[in-house]
Amino acid sequence: MLVIKDLYAKVEGKDILRGINLTVNAGEVHAIMGPNGSGKSTLANVLAGNTNFEVTHGSITFNGKDIFDMSPDVRAKEGLFLSFQYPVEIPGVSMVNFLKTAVNEHRKYRNEKELSAGDFLKLLREKKAMVQIDSQLTNRSVNEGFSGGEKKKNEIFQMAMLEPTLAILDETDSGLDIDALRIVSNGVNMLKNKNNATILVTHYQRLLDYIVPDFVHVLYEGRIVKSAGKELAFELEEKGYDWIKKELGE
Amino acid sequence: MSCLFVNGILLNLEIIMEDQNKLIHEVTQRDYRFGFVSDIETDTIVKGLNEEVIRIISAKKDEPEFMLEFRLKAYRRWLTMKMPEWAQLKVPVIDYQEIIFYAAPTQQAKYESLNEVDPELLRTFEKLGIPLEEQKMLSGVAVDAVIDSVSVKTTFKETLAERGIIFCSFSEAVKHHPDLIQKYLGMAVPYNDNYFAALNSAVFSDGSFVYIPKGTRCPMELSTYFRINAKNTGQFERTLVIADDDSYVSYLEGCTAPMRDENQLHAAVVEIIALDRAEVKYSTVQNWYPGDKNGLGGIFNFVTKRGICKGVSSKIFWNQVETGSAITWKYPSCVLMGDNSVAEFNSVALTNNYQQADTGTKMIHLGKNTKSTIVSKGISAGHSSNSYRGLVRVAPKAENARNYSQCDSLLLGDTCGAHTFPYIEVGNSSSIIEHEATTSKIGEDQIFYCNQRGISTEDAIGMIVNGYAREVINKLPMEFAVEAQKLLQISLEGSVG
Ligand SMILES: Nc1ncnc2c1ncn2[C@@H]1O[C@H](COP(=O)(O)OP(=O)(O)OP(=O)(O)O)[C@@H](O)[C@H]1O
Ligand SMILES: [Mg+2]
Repeated sequence: MLVIKDLYAKVEGKDILRGINLTVNAGEVHAIMGPNGSGKSTLANVLAGNTNFEVTHGSITFNGKDIFDMSPDVRAKEGLFLSFQYPVEIPGVSMVNFLKTAVNEHRKYRNEKELSAGDFLKLLREKKAMVQIDSQLTNRSVNEGFSGGEKKKNEIFQMAMLEPTLAILDETDSGLDIDALRIVSNGVNMLKNKNNATILVTHYQRLLDYIVPDFVHVLYEGRIVKSAGKELAFELEEKGYDWIKKELGE
Repeated sequence: MSCLFVNGILLNLEIIMEDQNKLIHEVTQRDYRFGFVSDIETDTIVKGLNEEVIRIISAKKDEPEFMLEFRLKAYRRWLTMKMPEWAQLKVPVIDYQEIIFYAAPTQQAKYESLNEVDPELLRTFEKLGIPLEEQKMLSGVAVDAVIDSVSVKTTFKETLAERGIIFCSFSEAVKHHPDLIQKYLGMAVPYNDNYFAALNSAVFSDGSFVYIPKGTRCPMELSTYFRINAKNTGQFERTLVIADDDSYVSYLEGCTAPMRDENQLHAAVVEIIALDRAEVKYSTVQNWYPGDKNGLGGIFNFVTKRGICKGVSSKIFWNQVETGSAITWKYPSCVLMGDNSVAEFNSVALTNNYQQADTGTKMIHLGKNTKSTIVSKGISAGHSSNSYRGLVRVAPKAENARNYSQCDSLLLGDTCGAHTFPYIEVGNSSSIIEHEATTSKIGEDQIFYCNQRGISTEDAIGMIVNGYAREVINKLPMEFAVEAQKLLQISLEGSVG
């Protein structure tokens, strides 16, 4: 589904990603961990097509297509979803209007009929229940004045609405209270099937109790320096990153 | 201003007219009946401006003596006046001796076919869903069959006449209701009010007249669409709306289709008089040709609009969406004379490329317990300049007056400019004036967020801008609001990303 080969990227003239290789197949869950500033969000943004990040080398194929041929909105409509680490506020644009546009753009891309107002509201209600999002939130402007946790929940709610094939969740767990973490994780698990895949960016093993990864990768200074099964997360939780740095001879 | 097919207006009619089939038949008949077009001679006078020209204009229109006097007074005053320079605008020198001040309503076609028209303009027409024939008319292409609205107008006028409502061209009103004209003309905008108002008063060609009798609620939205000979009145247009005691009217002016005009200078005057407990809603969508991407060829729009809340508890609402013109100079204002009167100004002004807009309002509180609200939303893109200029003045006698002003600016990119010039003068201590201002930018991160959800940059900008302007758009009559939304998005195309 996703093949990243020797990817280099920079931001503001500074090299951030320095040779990333990663393959994600349908049905898999990958966790990416790593110290602050190692490039996790950069990778997520490059995948989503944020032009603030300049790709200087390497290739990415998504669904067998060169991802660099696709604009950010096309990538989204191809099924790539990014749950932002810091979701932005869009004053004046109601959640309902925003989501209706988004859902219908996806449908148009797939040559499906746009949803009627009634069908859309039905879908909205269904997905709201799934992530147990406060009804009030969908009546407000996109993320405007949402608490940190509400914003994260709202990201997963949007994911539920759009049903992506590849979801990249950038620190969705941080900021969520204990109950919300469980609810959001449940939501993500419910959306999982053998045709889609998830990349979880997280600092904490706790999330991985709920959403069990098939692979855990450590991103360090712009490279994936270690990959293993879910046990790696426990090891990191216990020992931090120093031992990995030592292994690398630093 | 000519606007030939505003879908919504027809929709409106459908509700009101019992026999819509008959109506549609009439519209499509293209049958030239009598109308006020026919009694204006089809000729042109020499260019330039002097007293003789004004006498000719008045004579050609067969005006009563008081009209000629009004024009001459205005002209003599205009000669002593200077073009105002305080606005945040760069205006090229206008040579008034090069302008033809009286032209026949039949306009010469400028082009043979649509192929000769600016393709950008055609693309916009397409997006707005304007029919081909109408595209031709709006852009000045020769058309075989003119869809004539005289017949529509006639049917429409019957409905109004039953209620004693007068809605006709200004010239017609001068002829048939000279008493009303004499009484109210210049009441809100005196002939010597300002340079452009004086010019308009001297040379205005035609316009609209509305009178709503006592206790009457106008059953439909009045639109200039129904004025067939509006075609060539655009340059110096004059509108007078009078709402008698306890009456109500909603008036629509302009249309969303970009309108071309050979006359670069436009100086219209609009006057509204609201008597006791009367309510007037005046909505404008202004989309005159703004010029091309480099700012060439657009319209200069210098408008004086003012309403007087003359009666107690009267209400005047100005709602406007301004997206057109190369230069816009416009301050729809209200004089709150009657005690307990209410005035509102709700405005969205969008500028792109090299457009310049200096617009705002004046709220003059004279009566007690008067209340005014100003909501101004500026949107600037490209290399444009967008200024809000507002005056709130509370006279010493206007006890317990209230004003709330909110002026927001939204910037796209960093080559455009937004300025706010609020002036507040309060003459007593019992009044409360509140002013809020914000400036914001459409962030790339906001657009990227929308992109990431499958929404294209163009749609994202449209959505964000409309979200920003929603408060004002919502004040427009429904059918106008929908078109205005589309218009905002189209006007910003290519301005980001
Ligand atoms: N727009 C930017 N301008 C300048 N530097 C940036 C920008 N975005 C990211 N960086 C830098 O790139 C590096 C990687 O940032 P990134 O956000 O990818 O880290 P991260 O692994 O997601 O960290 P965290 O765990 O703290 O979220 C950091 O040093 C950061 O300061
Ligand atoms: Mg990060």
